[in-house]
Amino acid sequence: MKESAKKVKAILAKYPDSGRDALIPILQDIQDELGYLPTSAIMQVGAHLALPSSKIYGVATFYNQFRFQPKGRNHITICRGTACHVKGSGKLLENAVATLKIKPGQTSRDKLFSLETVACMGACGLAPVITVNDEFNAKASPAKLNRLARCCKDEITQERENS
Amino acid sequence: MIGIEANGRTVEAKAGETILSVLRREGIHVPTLCHMEGLEPSGACRLCVVELEGSANLVPACSFPVSEGMKVRTGTPKVLEARKTIVELLLSNHPDDCLYCSRSGNCDLQKLAGDLGVRQRHYREPRPSRELDVSSPSIIRDPAKCILCGRCVRVCEEVQAVSAIDFTGRGSRAMVTPAFNSGLNMSSCINCGQCVVVCPTGALAERSSVQEVMDALSDPDLTVIVQHAPAVSVSLAEEAGLKPATDVDGKMVAALRRIGFDRVFDTSFTADLTIMEEGSELVERVNNGGVLPMLTSCSPGWIKFVETFYPEFIPNVSTCKSPQQMLGALVKSFFAEREQLDPKKIVSVSIMPCTAKKFECSRPEMANDYVPDVDYVLTTRELGQLLRMFGLDLASLEPEAADSPFGERSSAGKIFGASGGVMEAAVRSAHYLLTGEELQNLKIQPLRGMAGVKELRANVGGVEIGACVVSGLGNARNLLDQIKVGRDDLHFIEVMTCPGGCVGGGGQPIGTERDAVKSRMETLYRIDREEQLRVSHKNPWVLRLYEEFLGKPLSHKSHKLLHTTYDKRHVPL
Repeated sequence: MKESAKKVKAILAKYPDSGRDALIPILQDIQDELGYLPTSAIMQVGAHLALPSSKIYGVATFYNQFRFQPKGRNHITICRGTACHVKGSGKLLENAVATLKIKPGQTSRDKLFSLETVACMGACGLAPVITVNDEFNAKASPAKLNRLARCCKDEITQERENS
Repeated sequence: MIGIEANGRTVEAKAGETILSVLRREGIHVPTLCHMEGLEPSGACRLCVVELEGSANLVPACSFPVSEGMKVRTGTPKVLEARKTIVELLLSNHPDDCLYCSRSGNCDLQKLAGDLGVRQRHYREPRPSRELDVSSPSIIRDPAKCILCGRCVRVCEEVQAVSAIDFTGRGSRAMVTPAFNSGLNMSSCINCGQCVVVCPTGALAERSSVQEVMDALSDPDLTVIVQHAPAVSVSLAEEAGLKPATDVDGKMVAALRRIGFDRVFDTSFTADLTIMEEGSELVERVNNGGVLPMLTSCSPGWIKFVETFYPEFIPNVSTCKSPQQMLGALVKSFFAEREQLDPKKIVSVSIMPCTAKKFECSRPEMANDYVPDVDYVLTTRELGQLLRMFGLDLASLEPEAADSPFGERSSAGKIFGASGGVMEAAVRSAHYLLTGEELQNLKIQPLRGMAGVKELRANVGGVEIGACVVSGLGNARNLLDQIKVGRDDLHFIEVMTCPGGCVGGGGQPIGTERDAVKSRMETLYRIDREEQLRVSHKNPWVLRLYEEFLGKPLSHKSHKLLHTTYDKRHVPL
């Protein structure tokens, strides 16, 4: 059994004899553990709860919190709440999609970046807000985001050269 | 009984029923999109809204229960305006390519827009770009045309217990897709096509083979033969605008010849042959301690269902190919030899009430030396299309008889088209094969009718036989689960994928409702009642085929041509 399957199995063991009402907590636990919801995990959950995987996938795609690709080394979230929107987070997102060449929910092929949009981070006074690896960046701009992305890339290059 | 007032008229209603069911009974038309007879109301589309006195808002008739003295109005300006707005909003991002749509002319959305007088575009939304799913050999999915009514999702889950598709995403990004947004071919879809029959728009359609068949017909080097399934002749009338459930067997044969098919055969012939093979297989299993209960194998959706969800039951499934594939195999062997034709130069077409048959004919096991038994499958709907294309009017055509050698059938083969028909035909012949005497009364009432589960206990030649007939895979799932936990009183189980059997198949005319299925079924039994030859084992050509070609049932040749194997399928469940 693969490592991730073992982890999912351990999570499922915490929910014996559960029905569909346990679905979302289970999915959250799996995402916490693995960083995303792999296909195989969804199928394992389906077998455990006797739910078709189409149904689980349907529930999981309904909520923004679930990802279906592993997070990149640098996970960027862009707030799309009202205040951030007014302060230009739409432009910010457009710029991020163009620069990183990934859409929200995706991970770049070199696994360096993943992008996510969130509804509101509760930091409207700092709008527009982005986070890079859970670190807040206030009053973000496309230039600032590009700078951050470049920093991340440089860091990797540095690491590679050192090793 | 309680009284309610509908459009100023007092009508009787049963406590607990919905406003919609009362109104429909009273002949008051209320349009619906998401409503499905026999399933719990979902109240999603709001088209059925009516005005209820004392209520500030309109209420959905499909899910609102009646109460004593309630006053309902269905045709007020407020109601009509609301319905019109709903349709206008549905159309706001709907592709405007009605003329090119497979459902043009029988689209519920198109009809509603017309009925409600939508003649102007008040709302214009950007059309989401949605990829066409052409991955399935049976069903084409066009999410751009989907209005998210949920009928396909519900029939797949609640009737067929397959749940291959569900709503994914949210808001303007919501779609109906298979798990992981994969193609239908990679999902647990069993190709039954019930979703196509209930889809109100062109979002789901069969994969048409009309063009391929036309190409074959116009190639002078090819001999194009056609077979038609038992349930087609009692359903085609609806496609051709005749009285529903009229039997048009002879007229259809005449039409198929006009279209240019070189030979017209009747799949009911190989239904008779199936009885001989499957009956012998059952006797062998009973006598030699084989795996029981034996499950029928005529219905390709069911076969894929077992392979996908219940692979542990594969040894129970009869190894017989379906009648379609048997006839296909015989055409490219016995018939080809007899007529001195190269099997590669024969194109074998079948007309089926079924979309899963399209998948079945493409299965690699269903070929001999890389020559497929059946090349193309057309649904009843596609045959309707061909008739219109060729301008053939069934009403004015004189009936003609099918061709020899596979044109002769018993009516036992014909009732294969109804749920319970295979079992009834099998019991008739099993009685003769085991006792040497014909059954006194050939009509086996407990096996007939629209019930999803029918059982029969019979003493055939001193052997106590438990038989069960199920249609609709939800019922099949229940039965298999019972057997899994120890039920052991059954020997033979007939399963048909679609509710009511092939007469209610996924390839049948759009708008098929329960009543239509029932009347087609009645027509099949009327044909049986009026027939002389009513048992498969007396079909003279079946007997001759064994004598001249196959030897005896379950012979080596039979096994090679008429039997098959099954495999577990690895798809996300």
